[in-house]
Amino acid sequence: MISFQNVAKRYPGGYEALRELSINIDAGEFVFLTGPSGAGKSTLLKLIALIERATRGSVIVNGLNTARVTRRKIPAYRRNIGVVFQDHKLLYDRPVFDNVALPLVIAGMGRRETQRRVRAALDQVGLLGREGHAPVTLSTGEQQRVGIARAVAARPPLVIADEPTGNLDPALSVDIMQLFERFNEVGVTLLIATHDLELVNRLGHRQIKLAAGRLIDDGTMVSA
Amino acid sequence: MRFFAEHARQLVAALGRLAQHPGSTLLTIGVIGIALSLPAGLRVVVNNGRVLAGSWEHAQDFTVYLNMEVSMNAAGILAQEIRGLDDVADVTFIGRDDALEDFKRYSGFGDVMRALDSNPLPHALVVRPRTDLEPKAIAELAKVLERREETDLVQLDTAWVDRFRAMLDISRRAVDLASALLALAVIVVIGNTIRLEINNRRREIEVTKLVGGSNAFIRRPFLYLGLWYGFGGGLILINIGLQALSGPVAQLTGLYTSTFRLTGLPWLESIALLGGGGLLGWLGAGLATSRHLAAIEPQ
Repeated sequence: MISFQNVAKRYPGGYEALRELSINIDAGEFVFLTGPSGAGKSTLLKLIALIERATRGSVIVNGLNTARVTRRKIPAYRRNIGVVFQDHKLLYDRPVFDNVALPLVIAGMGRRETQRRVRAALDQVGLLGREGHAPVTLSTGEQQRVGIARAVAARPPLVIADEPTGNLDPALSVDIMQLFERFNEVGVTLLIATHDLELVNRLGHRQIKLAAGRLIDDGTMVSA
Repeated sequence: MRFFAEHARQLVAALGRLAQHPGSTLLTIGVIGIALSLPAGLRVVVNNGRVLAGSWEHAQDFTVYLNMEVSMNAAGILAQEIRGLDDVADVTFIGRDDALEDFKRYSGFGDVMRALDSNPLPHALVVRPRTDLEPKAIAELAKVLERREETDLVQLDTAWVDRFRAMLDISRRAVDLASALLALAVIVVIGNTIRLEINNRRREIEVTKLVGGSNAFIRRPFLYLGLWYGFGGGLILINIGLQALSGPVAQLTGLYTSTFRLTGLPWLESIALLGGGGLLGWLGAGLATSRHLAAIEPQ
């Protein structure tokens, strides 16, 4: 599903976020991406979402070499990836329904199918019935679940998340992770960047450890 | 079908967005309306001027004043003779007595005229050339008549009409130029408004790009916004601008006690104006989005 080969990322100004990174993630895997701040977790996810491009090496996602995805093709490429952010990135001027429906509207889905899928996604995150609410009236945990519903509404085969529990207390964090596990059970590949090591260890999925832009442990040795 | 439904939805959504900020929307639309009203108003004036000039076909007429010695009889015979010329359509004979009566009645110098011993006015022939005659041929005809010994003076009436027409042509050019400049102004005003709107919705654009929204998808609401701005400007112009103008124009035309009647902006042109306003709005928004949307990329 995801393959990095000798990937390096150097930002303008010379900062090297990733060095000689090679990893491989199969379809259907549930993988944590860990490491201290500045280890390169976010950069790795940005390379997958094509928010940034690799300076060297190749990033292959879903069998597609991302170097060959032109600017014009980025939108279609991104529709196959669900992205969850630490700060949710919800649109606060419109109700929950519209937020979750956004990827479906973009994909040109019909109104009835859109309604069905939005409700299904909200049901999965436990927020069915809140479609008409404004995001600000929801708690932080609930807002993050709206963000997750939006990421999975179009049923992408891959979901990536950058510190999705970064702003949540431990109990809510477990909730969110369990939510991700449920998506994984139905075949979605998940790559979650987090520095909540305690939670990672408790859940016991494959763990890719980064430090200073290098791979410390790709988790294949300890994974179940 | 879904494509059209989506566009219709966006069209209505853009209108709804404008309605959320009625104050600033009206201000922008007002500016556009003013910018559009200048060329449109001038065009009305020029168009009406052309209609007026067109009604002066008879201004080709010229008047032949005869010598004082020419008798009534001789003048009548001369009139007959001129009437027989190939280039002449008609000749009206105005006897000196009739001319004096008319002069007394219309000039306001009646008392002065009464104080005179004799009638100072000559007989006159108003010659109407054939309508298909070139101005040059008319001048030629006038020259021929002027050379006759009975003739004292030939007065051509066309010079000032020609001047008026030339002035109209210049005004039309000026209006065309002003139209082009103001159309440009409308594009800039709308482009700038859309640029601000893009800035306000930066976050939304970022998020939409992140979840796979294409540039066309992101542009669409802004293009429709521009369309409404331009359309609204045109609407304001037609409803308010031209109405304000029609008063003074009517007054102006009232000063001509002819059959000339003011033609407003015709139906078709009103629609063209609305469509044109919408098009300019679309263009302005298109320019703004193509310049500024690409710069907004998710971080």
